Amino acid sequence: MNGQGSATGAPGSAWVIRGAQPLGGPATDIVIADGCIAAMGPHAAADAGPGAQVLEAAGLIALPGLVDLHAHLREPGREDAETVETGSSAAALGGFTAVHAMANTDPVADTAGVVEQIWRLGWQAGHCDVQPVGAVTLGLAGQQLAELGAMADSQARVRVFSDDGRCVADPVLMRRALEYVKAFDGIIAQHAQEPRLTQGAQMHEGEVSGRLGLTGWPAVAEEAIIARDCLLAAHVGSALHICHVSSAGSVEIIRWAKSKGWRVTAEVTPHHLMLTDELVVGYDPVYKVNPPLRTRDDVAALRAALADGTIDCVATDHAPHPVEAKESEWDEAAFGMTGLETALRVTHAAMVETGLLDWPALADRMSARPAAIGRMVGHGHPLTAGSPANLVLYDPSVREVVDPASHASRSANSPFAGMVLPGRVVSTFLRGRPTVLDGKLA
Amino acid sequence: MNRHLISSADLTRADAVRILDTADELARISDRPIKKLPTLRGRTVVNLFYEDSTRTRISFEAAAKRLSADVINFSAKGSSVAKGESLKDTALTLEAMGADAVVIRHSASGAPHRLAEWVRGSVLNAGDGSHEHPTQALLDAFTIRRRFGRDSGSAAAAESGGGLDGLRVTIVGDILHSRVARSNVWLLHTLGADVTLVAPPTLLPLAVGTWPCSVSYDLDAALPKSDVVMMLRVQRERMSAAYFPSVREYSRRYGLDAARVAQLPERAIVMHPGPMNRGVEIAAGVADSPRSTVVEQVANGVSVRMAVLYLLLGGAEERA
Repeated sequence: MNGQGSATGAPGSAWVIRGAQPLGGPATDIVIADGCIAAMGPHAAADAGPGAQVLEAAGLIALPGLVDLHAHLREPGREDAETVETGSSAAALGGFTAVHAMANTDPVADTAGVVEQIWRLGWQAGHCDVQPVGAVTLGLAGQQLAELGAMADSQARVRVFSDDGRCVADPVLMRRALEYVKAFDGIIAQHAQEPRLTQGAQMHEGEVSGRLGLTGWPAVAEEAIIARDCLLAAHVGSALHICHVSSAGSVEIIRWAKSKGWRVTAEVTPHHLMLTDELVVGYDPVYKVNPPLRTRDDVAALRAALADGTIDCVATDHAPHPVEAKESEWDEAAFGMTGLETALRVTHAAMVETGLLDWPALADRMSARPAAIGRMVGHGHPLTAGSPANLVLYDPSVREVVDPASHASRSANSPFAGMVLPGRVVSTFLRGRPTVLDGKLA
Repeated sequence: MNRHLISSADLTRADAVRILDTADELARISDRPIKKLPTLRGRTVVNLFYEDSTRTRISFEAAAKRLSADVINFSAKGSSVAKGESLKDTALTLEAMGADAVVIRHSASGAPHRLAEWVRGSVLNAGDGSHEHPTQALLDAFTIRRRFGRDSGSAAAAESGGGLDGLRVTIVGDILHSRVARSNVWLLHTLGADVTLVAPPTLLPLAVGTWPCSVSYDLDAALPKSDVVMMLRVQRERMSAAYFPSVREYSRRYGLDAARVAQLPERAIVMHPGPMNRGVEIAAGVADSPRSTVVEQVANGVSVRMAVLYLLLGGAEERA
């Protein structure tokens, strides 16, 4: 036990979390020392050294630190929307201990230099581990592979590659990328959007788009790419991850690919688990997102797929935008929604309150599975003695209105603004060090 | 009535009949040598046009001026908008100038919804993207009422309650991209007409089956059952996006020529919101025939827009 320096809360200090409920189970004490969970049990507090700080956690659920496979932190290039500092703060406040930073920055994260810069900014900020995603193609242009090996070998240790925001539409390029990353256990995360079928697309193509006169984004444009890429991944024996699955048809294809034993994984966003295209009727661009909000039937299929494991995990697709990018006509507005600070609460509402997932399964979908897909060796461990002390304490009993003005994200484009959601992230620990205490950055 | 006129779907039957009856009264004034009324004296109407549409702008301008309103024409070209000013900033500028009503034409569907959040005055949708063009639908309904003797004061009006009950209206052309079609479907349905849409399947919205109308791909089958045929402008650039193979094929299958007009019932009328592509969706001889209401539609547009301005602004109190 290490009781030294505990009063300052410095790294390496010891903590006793008293009476928390790991995965919603019976209350227990959690002793943290040297960045790891040192002991757990109803009376483990007695094992802690005399200098350990005590955190009363009665009524709080303890979950392993959440891992996000998909966030846009906007730095470098769009620091008016978000920075690594503000984005990783938002992540910690949302209960995340690791977040993947998508590559569509300016400059694009397509070289070892840029991914190392992002990784270093995350390390310096210290709110959570920021794991850069590397671009698949140079400049996201879909023409030529980026130096995937250099990014993999860099200090940033990139394993997930994605042109997210754009689809790797060229089937030959996609095949080569899938093959090439096998050399370093990489994975291609595809933004599935057939570009010709979605030219000028503004929202889900269906009853609402027809009525509103907005150009449709047909679900088949997503499903066609997913089907193609599952077949390519099988053909070359590589790992494919599908970003932000949004339609019932996509779920069916992924279910089929998994039944074949192919190495296909998938994520769903909190907003696609909760919101539908009916929200677009007032033309408020806060509901403009890519892929678009779809129908009630799609939401039901996505929830069922996350519950049965067809969809592996929840990923936020946190996409901050400055006010002026959304305060405009629908056609002109940017695609995207913030999500880091609401993801756990939304998933709680959509999946746990509905009885589709229990807390252990939610921990699997928001921590263990995304950590495994992202090759994040230090994350996603179970809450047991010896694991890295990455954990979040969550109060499931409160219900509060979502107020983006109170968020740490530099942007306020949350579609959940004004909604009453359950739960509150009370504290987050990253390798034994509190990053959030009592709902505030530590 | 609402403070704004953004979608014809927002109009109840009573609202719509009231607008059309008011337009009947105002049309009688238009026949007088002195056409001006003092109703909106001191009120300011802004025409905010992000798309070129001389005919619609002039129609609104004439309507506002006949009601003695001050009219400001704000064209997006050559203005601050061309320098990148946002719709919101333009809205706040108009608000500061004390606009009592803003008539907006915009290429983006939903722009009037956004504008209505930023100005206190009434917002009149003069066409937004592929969404709606409610005053066009009102002037079309007005024209149909008159041609079929159902306008206020007529014998039939007492029976029909000022509506279009039982009349069969066929709308032909690019429904997918047409704001005129959408506004007409909602309004004509509200007024009791039976609406049929005719188009190649590529130019119909995917979920058109949920709309309150019938749908057909076959113009020849629809014509004998039509009291009104409304032809929509088809844009040549749709061809390059593979909505149809060629202008000639479109014209053969969906154009209204003399042979097709001969299939119409005797009293049936032919409408077009303009501007027409003569020889494409409508043959010149049809456009100029006595069945055609094209010129009446333009004239009726002023009366209907006067009625809308009068009802939206006339009753409102002076703003502090």
